[in-house]
Amino acid sequence: MEQTPMSEKPLPTVVTEPVNITVDGEEITVQNGELLIEACHRNGTYIPRFCYHPRMNPVGMCRMCLVEIDTGRGPALQPSCMIEVTPGMVVDTKSDLVSKVQDGVIEYLLANHPLDCPVCDKGGECPLQDQAYSHGPGESRWVEEKRHYAKPIPISETVYLDRERCILCDRCTRFAKEVAGDPLIHFIDRGANTQVNTFPDEPFASYFSGNTVQICPVGALTAKPYRFKARPWDLQTVESTCTGCSVGCRIEIDSSRNHVLRYNGVDSDPVNWSWLCDKGRFGFESLEAADRLREPLVRSGETLEPASWAAALATAAEAINAASPGSIGVIGGSRLTNESAYAWAKLAKGVIGTDNVDAQLGDGLPADVVFGLPQATIDEVCKPGGTILYLGPDPKEELPVLYLRLKHAVDEDGARIIELAPAGTGLTRHSAVSLNYRPGELGQLVDSLVSGSNSTGENAALSTAAKLIAAAGDSLTVVIGRANLAENAQSVVAAATAIRDAVPGVKFLVALRRGNVRGALEAGLAPGYLPGRVSLTGGQDDQVAAFKSLWGNVPAKQGLDTKGILWAAAEGKLDVLILLGADPLSDFPDRSLARRGVAGARTVIAIDRFPTASVVQADVVLPAAGHSEEQGTTTNLEGRVTVLNQKVTPPGTARPDWMIAAELAWKLGGDLGVDTESSELWAELVASTETFAGAGVDALADTANADGIVITAEPRPLATVEAPHVSPTSAYSLRLVVNRKLYDAGASISRCDSSSALAPAQALRLSPADASPLGLKDLDRVSVTSPNGSLSARVALDSSVPKGTAVLVHNLAEADPGALVASDDAVCEIRVEVG
Amino acid sequence: MSRLTPENVELAKQIIRRYPRPKSALIPLCHLAQEQDGHLADDAMVHIGELVGVTSAEVLGTASFYEMFKRHEVGKYCVNICTNISCQLMGGEELLEHAEQTLGIRSGSTTNDGLFTLEDVECIAACTEAPALQVNYRYFHRISNDDFDQMIDELRSGRLDDVVPPHGVLAKVRQDLAEEQIANITPPETQVMPRWIADEAAKNDPAASEGGQA
Repeated sequence: MEQTPMSEKPLPTVVTEPVNITVDGEEITVQNGELLIEACHRNGTYIPRFCYHPRMNPVGMCRMCLVEIDTGRGPALQPSCMIEVTPGMVVDTKSDLVSKVQDGVIEYLLANHPLDCPVCDKGGECPLQDQAYSHGPGESRWVEEKRHYAKPIPISETVYLDRERCILCDRCTRFAKEVAGDPLIHFIDRGANTQVNTFPDEPFASYFSGNTVQICPVGALTAKPYRFKARPWDLQTVESTCTGCSVGCRIEIDSSRNHVLRYNGVDSDPVNWSWLCDKGRFGFESLEAADRLREPLVRSGETLEPASWAAALATAAEAINAASPGSIGVIGGSRLTNESAYAWAKLAKGVIGTDNVDAQLGDGLPADVVFGLPQATIDEVCKPGGTILYLGPDPKEELPVLYLRLKHAVDEDGARIIELAPAGTGLTRHSAVSLNYRPGELGQLVDSLVSGSNSTGENAALSTAAKLIAAAGDSLTVVIGRANLAENAQSVVAAATAIRDAVPGVKFLVALRRGNVRGALEAGLAPGYLPGRVSLTGGQDDQVAAFKSLWGNVPAKQGLDTKGILWAAAEGKLDVLILLGADPLSDFPDRSLARRGVAGARTVIAIDRFPTASVVQADVVLPAAGHSEEQGTTTNLEGRVTVLNQKVTPPGTARPDWMIAAELAWKLGGDLGVDTESSELWAELVASTETFAGAGVDALADTANADGIVITAEPRPLATVEAPHVSPTSAYSLRLVVNRKLYDAGASISRCDSSSALAPAQALRLSPADASPLGLKDLDRVSVTSPNGSLSARVALDSSVPKGTAVLVHNLAEADPGALVASDDAVCEIRVEVG
Repeated sequence: MSRLTPENVELAKQIIRRYPRPKSALIPLCHLAQEQDGHLADDAMVHIGELVGVTSAEVLGTASFYEMFKRHEVGKYCVNICTNISCQLMGGEELLEHAEQTLGIRSGSTTNDGLFTLEDVECIAACTEAPALQVNYRYFHRISNDDFDQMIDELRSGRLDDVVPPHGVLAKVRQDLAEEQIANITPPETQVMPRWIADEAAKNDPAASEGGQA
């Protein structure tokens, strides 16, 4: 029995230096220097193994992959996971001796392994069980009592460890150290008493802990959300893509009887290499949250009352019909599939006729920038020996699997990262150079880096960074995004254009965070753009005319972005605000404006899955289907289009967003031209744009494109932007950085039982140098005041925060930094006072 | 029990400086902590991890490999009686039984006054002097039951303080390297490749020979 789960496919090696070896009498051509176990697997000979994993360095611990290898000195038993192929190597993987050795290894591994397979989660998909059947002796000669440990002990909030089942293969501990960089589990003790464990009372608190459950070759590590929920043979599986963030990791959805029970990572070579973050892996728990919206709601006085779809849609249509198109705004759309995003773009811009449409919530980068920069893929950024200029959000917190890829590029492939950040991040320790800038001063730092003006200067780190960038030339790649929500986007845009102008050939990976934000923008959910990057006002009259004839109408002029829409609403100029899976009250960086905007719009229509802070203020609430509940496609931050598959039915009468758009269009007297399936919308989008032209339904269905299709488009013209002018701070004030943590009070993550408790406590992180004049120490309570508001928070001293800067986390349960931020300000200055 | 004292932190920093990588000082620092507390306390392992830049789990993983790092409190004197073949033939097991009776405890436990921990151990390489035992890893040879009782009395009364320091103390004199002696440790990343390795590498890859020329 040969077990090859989707997560452990052979590496996609391209043979550039062919050598011939003989395996079981058959000559095969393989890549010189690759590992024998890989070469055999790719060519159809599966050598049993436990410790070897294609995405980790081999250790040769389990001895299961012993084969007879003859390199001219006669055959000898050697572990095939440790041996590189050499020309003329003769290998026997099935000889009598090899079988005998495999018998012996299995017998030893089973000496202390309990026979609790009938109650073990792994039973049925267990490499030890499978290989004991296929390669084991059948019967054990051991009669002694087995070794006993306390049955499963929790080693983190989500992962349980059963040490009796462990075969000490070093997969989880290697993963923790090598891949995740969180060596919080380790072999403890010695000899027959060796066990995997954590330090007492220090849990395996890694953002990637769930991967150890997936790669455990026995049932030693199990995940709390899946324990005792199903047996593998009861599961139905489809491949899909995680939309928890914009990295777009490929996953398998396992379900049983219409309940999603588990996500596993799929080895997608250009993206996630089989890894997932815990937020993505356990995110399915929110699908069945108790307060999931199941039926439409319509406001009746102070409360939202259940209503029929017909009544709710009629109420919505009535409000839209009564308003002029210019007084209607649509915020959101990055939760949607590409198809739904296109349907909503067509509804908003074609049927309703408003261009006040923005998929981002003031926390991303303008569509002009996303479309205007030459694009890099993750593989291009993480290429061996590459130089990466990173000026974006902390990838460990916001784009965790991108962090794993960057870490691997640095640790294993000789890449070098130059990090520009307002304060230390999870990437800092992997960076060749990490430069901190005060909020508002990114422009000057970038100028001195790319102009080379300071390369002989006094700052050694700066000149090292400048030299690295100069040496990289046009192979430089840049990851760009919003590291600080308390600064507006202008400084980042200015930095991007400055780098683009100074370094010819440079490529950018735009690190926007939300699931399908890229797809939403490309499908037209951005002010001033029609699908396929067609600018309303940018001289693309032919394409605009084409959409006019396809849609019947297009907006005449560019509309407002989210900030503009909220301002208009706050001033009473917005009749209808449509929230498309958006919660500006939690997510828009300026809380006061969000509050005034949502309150000021005459009618608020929310399409969502959960009763978020904004949804409970709406007048009409339409329940939407979520991940795993609808068919479609999504686009990740690279522009990679992958397929989303439905596995379960949406709760109650919730339906996909495109269907809601189509129904609403019908009520408004329009027609989205979709009959029964979202693929009709996709076909229309693919046919009507150049951007998506190569990613048609048939192309995506081709197994050769299982990793998705990267859409390519010429960068649109993007004018150089000046860095904002920021006046110097007064002596007593600090500049605020607002960043994110992986676990926060977000709509989905706070509804995952196993993860909701992991959100950290809010703290104002300060440099000890700023704290000591005020006499502050850890956990002291301070009041933080900006020109826009104030809050009370506890202090945490943190030497990774530079002097003059203070850090708060966005969207935690307490001390909302949105109270301090004004969306117009280039920086947010704060004062900290004791008490 | 406790983290390292301020004096021991200074000592720890000196020890760390002797190595090209801080992590290499992990075991010497475990000894330092064991000398301070008589055993290797959990808090001390956390502290050591902070000092050398590894996680507490990694410190525990390394320390727990070695039986001589005690992770629980032991007596001031750790008495190890050999029961391997030579000592066994010469009465080691009888000596162990006598020791259990004298101290009133089973092997593996500690007297109520916290002075003695008794252990039976495998060969301690003193076969010619059997039956042998160690007190805090200091040898006592050809021990009869009477010798044992006398030794215990002397330990109790402090007459052997010069010979046997409390558990955890490796040596009475701490090795102290002068600053100039530790100054020339080359960090691994800047080390020059030895000639014989560089030449071999150059045969396969001309670009790799740079290290040898430097």
